[in-house]
Amino acid sequence: MAALLWAIAFSGGAIAAELRIGLSADVTTLDPHFVAAQPNLTVQLHIFDGLVRIDERTRVIPGIAASWSTPDPLTWEIKLRHGVKFHDGSDLTAEDIVFSLERPLTIKGSPGGFGTYVRPIVSKQIVDRHTLRLKTAAPYGPLLHDLAHVLIVSKRAASNASGEDFDNGKAAVGTGPFKLVKFARGDRVQLARHDAYWAGRPEWETVTLRILPSDPVRTAALLSGELDAIEHVPTADLARLRKSSAHRLAQTTSWRTILLHVDQYRTQPPGVTDKGGKPLAANPFKDIRVRRALSKAINRQAIVERVMEGLAQPASNVVSPSVVGHDPAVKPEGYDPEGARKLLAEAGYPNGFTMTLATPNNRYINDEQVAQACAQMFSRIGVTTKVDAMPLSAFLGKVRSQEFGVALLGWGSLGADLALRSLAATPNPDKGYGAWNWARYSNPALDKLIEQSLATVEPVKRESAARTASAFAANEIAFIPLHYQVVTWAMKRSLDYSARTDEFTFAHYFRTANK
Amino acid sequence: MLAYVLRRLVQSVLVLFAMSALVFAGVYAIGNPVDILINPQADQTEIARATEALGLDKPLPAQYWNFLTSAVSGELGRSFASNVPAIDLILQRMPATLELALTAMVLAILLGLPLGLWAGLKPDSVAAKTIMAGSILGFSLPTFWVGLLLIMVFSVWLGWLPPTGRGETVNLLGVEVSFLTVDGLRHLAMPAFNLALFKLALLIRLTRAGTREAMVQDYVRFARAKGVPEPRIVRTHVLKNILIPIVTVIGLEFGSVIAFAIVTETIFAWPGMGKLLIDSINVLDRPVIVAYLLVIVTMFVLINLTVDLLYTALDPRVRLKTARV
Repeated sequence: MAALLWAIAFSGGAIAAELRIGLSADVTTLDPHFVAAQPNLTVQLHIFDGLVRIDERTRVIPGIAASWSTPDPLTWEIKLRHGVKFHDGSDLTAEDIVFSLERPLTIKGSPGGFGTYVRPIVSKQIVDRHTLRLKTAAPYGPLLHDLAHVLIVSKRAASNASGEDFDNGKAAVGTGPFKLVKFARGDRVQLARHDAYWAGRPEWETVTLRILPSDPVRTAALLSGELDAIEHVPTADLARLRKSSAHRLAQTTSWRTILLHVDQYRTQPPGVTDKGGKPLAANPFKDIRVRRALSKAINRQAIVERVMEGLAQPASNVVSPSVVGHDPAVKPEGYDPEGARKLLAEAGYPNGFTMTLATPNNRYINDEQVAQACAQMFSRIGVTTKVDAMPLSAFLGKVRSQEFGVALLGWGSLGADLALRSLAATPNPDKGYGAWNWARYSNPALDKLIEQSLATVEPVKRESAARTASAFAANEIAFIPLHYQVVTWAMKRSLDYSARTDEFTFAHYFRTANK
Repeated sequence: MLAYVLRRLVQSVLVLFAMSALVFAGVYAIGNPVDILINPQADQTEIARATEALGLDKPLPAQYWNFLTSAVSGELGRSFASNVPAIDLILQRMPATLELALTAMVLAILLGLPLGLWAGLKPDSVAAKTIMAGSILGFSLPTFWVGLLLIMVFSVWLGWLPPTGRGETVNLLGVEVSFLTVDGLRHLAMPAFNLALFKLALLIRLTRAGTREAMVQDYVRFARAKGVPEPRIVRTHVLKNILIPIVTVIGLEFGSVIAFAIVTETIFAWPGMGKLLIDSINVLDRPVIVAYLLVIVTMFVLINLTVDLLYTALDPRVRLKTARV
């Protein structure tokens, strides 16, 4: 009797397990296959599961796929966890997986982005209810990293479902830790605990994800107690929250590397001239000594401390330390203006030259200020640099049509080989290489290393192959890495969160803190 | 009268036409939506597929023609980012913006008229001077700064009001409204006041100026000489006469309140149309931008039409024919 009263008292209001989180970007749809955008995936991953999970350090861990093996380099045999239930009580089967892997390419009018993840799979064979065999045309190591973000929907609920059906919950039937209660676009997503969740019942009975893109407002909502936690704490509020005894911060180095792309294929890259404004005889960036000089000119430590207020770590590789393929042996280029000037003189530019550095001004942490700081440092070694800053929506179109000679870019990736494939491999549409390699750095040796790494199915071997490729690109200075961003969450003192490298915010990983 | 209304509507269709062409060209000039919406990991095949899926592989005139032909049948296109019809997105958000704008306008009128009258009737009193000084603040302080200050004071320090978002809604004749719940009113108070502040200052000054001007007119002196009681003089002789310019301004300003709501909506995370527009511009979601502007233009046309019709009700001397230019 006492126990019963206790149970009633416990469940009633007093300790209602509710969690309210402030997210920093707009969520456009709950259809997990419509557009691959992180703000959408953040919410969708509360409702749906991927085949596998990505842990805090960006490594693949079992999810609804309990285990997998590769009998040969072209075949992935995936064993599904038993007893995984959808929100409507039905069982998850291999049929749902196959349906979910095929659905992204069937949605009309979708900007998608999932095609790259699912196209390598050429055949899907259902062995039994809980076993699945996926075949790829060529050996492809990062398959599971890719598939972690193709979420599994219920075949029954999502067949012929429209975008509206997902937003109003009819088709938003997943196996994830929370069920959708209400999606109020531009405002909030309300979720309720999925009691039969395969990884154990989540601590929070109800979760509200508030959409608050304005930085000061998000902080104010936390300070006023309206929210329990927020993601992407603005640099300006960090000091205040760090001092607050009512709050706790969770921080880690993010997967996002900030780097400079330098044009390496045109004779006269846009915005690059001699000091008098006349075109140069040759593209200076084709000479590795010039690229190295620019890299040496940057005082990364100063940028990290002053411009980024500690929210960064000097970069050496294309990916940050915990990501597959980061080579710890490659150190960030040391600050050496003397050496830089000497290299410039050796390369035939004793008086330097003039260039324009393009940057977005609303995308990365303090992006425009970082570009300004780099410009000043370049000017100090004689390379007079002007900054051309613009909103991301204008920047991306121009950078893709290669209107810039030097541009700042941020890149978050789950593997060095994946990042290099997009950023530094010789552009080749047939292989899907170099889609974002605007600078057109091209080196057959690097292409080969990337290809080898991507084709390595055995994880440990792939890691070492990716590391070799990463080190090669770093030594070649295919691009100039600046820093890895640090990502910060702030929450009430009573909560705790293990900061994630991939910057995702998940209610089910927030816990009541141990005192 | 009917002919007048019809002519106005034909004019507005032409405006809508020109507007959509401008927006199409404008968004095209900014950049390619695929560049922003596409997954960074995507390869060339996937980028090409996405471009084709959004119809962006065709030349701009062909894209515009496609838009026009479907717009005629009432289909304004599907959002690039949201997988729902653009017009649905806007209609979903419209009640929130209209509620905020109407509340702000009502606040401005309910406070502005009496305060302005008071300041106009007793121009030398301390109260009048305080009101006028306050109205200068209302004019000169930037909306976003006042908004943040309100949040700091009332939410963070005092903890009286929730800082952001829209409160609990109830369904009123098929529209979700929040002003009928306590929670909704608590959420509405700060953003509505923030949005009303500028209009409030404007109305105070307008009413005061009109009142001061009317008080020295012959008809007021005459009424006073006749022994008409003061409250009646203010009500029928002063207020009614100064109302015409005020109605014009309220009408015009209501349009601008809806447009200015963008700032307030952003600060208070109010899920209205303005915030939708900002989010859509950030990802170059062209169908939503076009549909939003078409809706806004339509709204402006209707508001102006209503103001013109209100004139005739307020002042019998104004005939609609004379409104022709």
